Amino acid sequence: MSDLGHVLVLAGGLSAERAVSLRSGDRIRDALCDAGVEAVIADADAALIPAITADPPTAVFPAIHGACGEDGSIREVLALLDVPYVGSTASASRSAFDKPTAKAILGAAGVHTPASVTLPRDTFHDLGAGAVLERVVARLGLPLFVKPARGGSALGATRVLTEAELPNAMMSCFGYGDTALVEQYVSGTEIAVSVLDLGDGPQALPAVEIQPVGGGSYDYAARYTAGQTEFYTPARLTTEVAAEVAEVAVTVHQVLGLRDLSRTDFIVADGEVFFLEANVAPGMTETSTLPMALAAAGRDLGVTCRELLLLAVARAGLPWH
Amino acid sequence: MVASEIRALFAVAARPEVVSLAGGMPCISALPLDAVGELAGQLVADRGAVALQYGTGQGDPGLREGICDVMSLEGIKAHPDEIVVTVGSQQGLDLLTRIFVDPGDVVLAEGPSYVGALGTFASYQAAVVHVPMDDRGLIPGALAETLSRLATAGRQPKFLYTCPSFHNPAGVTLDQSRRSAVLDVCQRAGLPVIEDNPYGLLGFEGEPARALRADDADGVIYLGTFSKTIAPGLRVGWALAPAGVRDKLVLAAESAVLCHSSLAQLMVREYLATQPWREQVKVFRELYRERRDAMLDALAARMPVGCRWTSPSGGFYVWLGLPPGVDAKAMLPRAIAARVAYVPGTGFYAGGQGGDHLRLSYCFPEPSRIREGVRRLAEVIAAEVELRSTFGSPASLDSSASSVTSASFVTSASSASPDAQANPAAAAADPVQ
Repeated sequence: MSDLGHVLVLAGGLSAERAVSLRSGDRIRDALCDAGVEAVIADADAALIPAITADPPTAVFPAIHGACGEDGSIREVLALLDVPYVGSTASASRSAFDKPTAKAILGAAGVHTPASVTLPRDTFHDLGAGAVLERVVARLGLPLFVKPARGGSALGATRVLTEAELPNAMMSCFGYGDTALVEQYVSGTEIAVSVLDLGDGPQALPAVEIQPVGGGSYDYAARYTAGQTEFYTPARLTTEVAAEVAEVAVTVHQVLGLRDLSRTDFIVADGEVFFLEANVAPGMTETSTLPMALAAAGRDLGVTCRELLLLAVARAGLPWH
Repeated sequence: MVASEIRALFAVAARPEVVSLAGGMPCISALPLDAVGELAGQLVADRGAVALQYGTGQGDPGLREGICDVMSLEGIKAHPDEIVVTVGSQQGLDLLTRIFVDPGDVVLAEGPSYVGALGTFASYQAAVVHVPMDDRGLIPGALAETLSRLATAGRQPKFLYTCPSFHNPAGVTLDQSRRSAVLDVCQRAGLPVIEDNPYGLLGFEGEPARALRADDADGVIYLGTFSKTIAPGLRVGWALAPAGVRDKLVLAAESAVLCHSSLAQLMVREYLATQPWREQVKVFRELYRERRDAMLDALAARMPVGCRWTSPSGGFYVWLGLPPGVDAKAMLPRAIAARVAYVPGTGFYAGGQGGDHLRLSYCFPEPSRIREGVRRLAEVIAAEVELRSTFGSPASLDSSASSVTSASFVTSASSASPDAQANPAAAAADPVQ
């Protein structure tokens, strides 16, 4: 019998990451049920507020990826409803979700991140794409990595090897948002480090190394198609580098003001650690790295999620029995 | 953009907030559901021992008699013994491909062609060669040229797959004069024809077109379905084939599913016997005609210059050509973000071409939703044109080089409103009419 009452796992949403979110939500719900928690899935639609108002859950576990789920908006609504929820506040989520903002904050805190420029679509229209892109290449060089300033799952993201590829990459990026982040492409080992805080301070979980099969990009298909990417947990890093990525992940978590859990993606090149992005609603699918890291740390997913829900309730100062 | 990304976007398209002009779902709510429910209940109560028992691989004889009546509306004279009941017409196509095709064999199909057929052909490792169409359907001369070219290369196609009436996705119909020409070309080449005709009774003008099978009982295998004239959930279709093929179909069907749902077959049989199904087809026709009109009117009022589209005289679909440089697949994320969905044209070609077109369905949304969906789509296309213009209209993101010519249809480009032609972006921003 659950001591949490009933909880909601928020999954779905209307972003392009809806399908991934539904898979994450299902997995969290199943894991919570296995841990003895009465959990049901709810979507972020017009039925949500009436449902919460009519039968308030003890707490909510947001598992909506992309806009709405990670830009702080759904968390703002949950706060308005006085419903305890797992994870970062709306304000911190906004900072983390906007990649240029997160890079600026972390860069000021001494975290290394690839050199980049942030350019809205209108800039190309108003000033001329050719002239702007020419300056981008002159400043950052090649290769580049183009991605939407806000969004995840590598949707709209493209590695650009030649200047001729850049216009198509920009247009692909603008399919998923109106602002593009153009970064220097850093070739190295892709690493994801999850951070968990169960009340005794943020702790880095074992780093997960990501290696797409065949040496391709860690794109949408590679992320969510079983067998298309090999994962190594813990990552095949030297002791020193492993310690450094763990330390930087905790720094990211703290500097961005994140709460409960987060996942930070890095590139490690020649022993140097580069921050790419932070996620406040990390994927929880079968091919997502946070559950892998939990397993490597000997932690059960359902039990961990249950502890996070209990923390959220305690934070709100509400009884749960 | 890879297939998994498109699937991810369609997960959003299923939400009610999105106007989906993508799926070809029949409007089941127009069926007399009470009567169907009563029929089903009575069937189980009275004949449950048969309805819930195994049946034969060829299908219920009484249903096959009813199917002959249905096909007679398209000029087909058939005997129930010539019919094999299938799980929708899709299974008929699957079984026929299994019978006819070995890996690497060539099959011919219109370009564009039904995505479900292309999936079936791919699963049997067939090499699909597309034959161009225009607004009058498959081009007989192009078919002859394709056959000649293949013969020169030492290739003999196993069959021609065609959807002659209210084509999916093109919305066009093979006109009567071409029907005989297509049959003539195929007969001379000894090429079997698979005529897929799910929409044949759903024409908006006059009587149903005469089926190809009506004029060639030996060379044409006909696939039919009740998915559009009754309901797709019943999964009852059929194949009408010459005896030699029919026998193989029965064996293949038994191998695949042993027998088809007796309950579904008897429901359709009873429906045909006791319900005014011809009148119901007219109800569907009128409903879809109203929706077709809503879509065509909205397209004419809203679409930016450079767009062109077919004007279907039946069925479910409009095939919309995009302004130069605009890629339907690359544009899909923007459309989903704008809460409107369509199917990129690339799904309807085996080689990935077709990015310059998209398929719009008018069968399911109500007219007001169709108008709103077209309004949103017009804005998306206008923005896409602007984006392409900004970046110098580089090569299409997803199109691949191909020797196959995309369909060239006579369309309604000139029907765009004068305002829309002068200023597409401004016109697209107009309030809904």
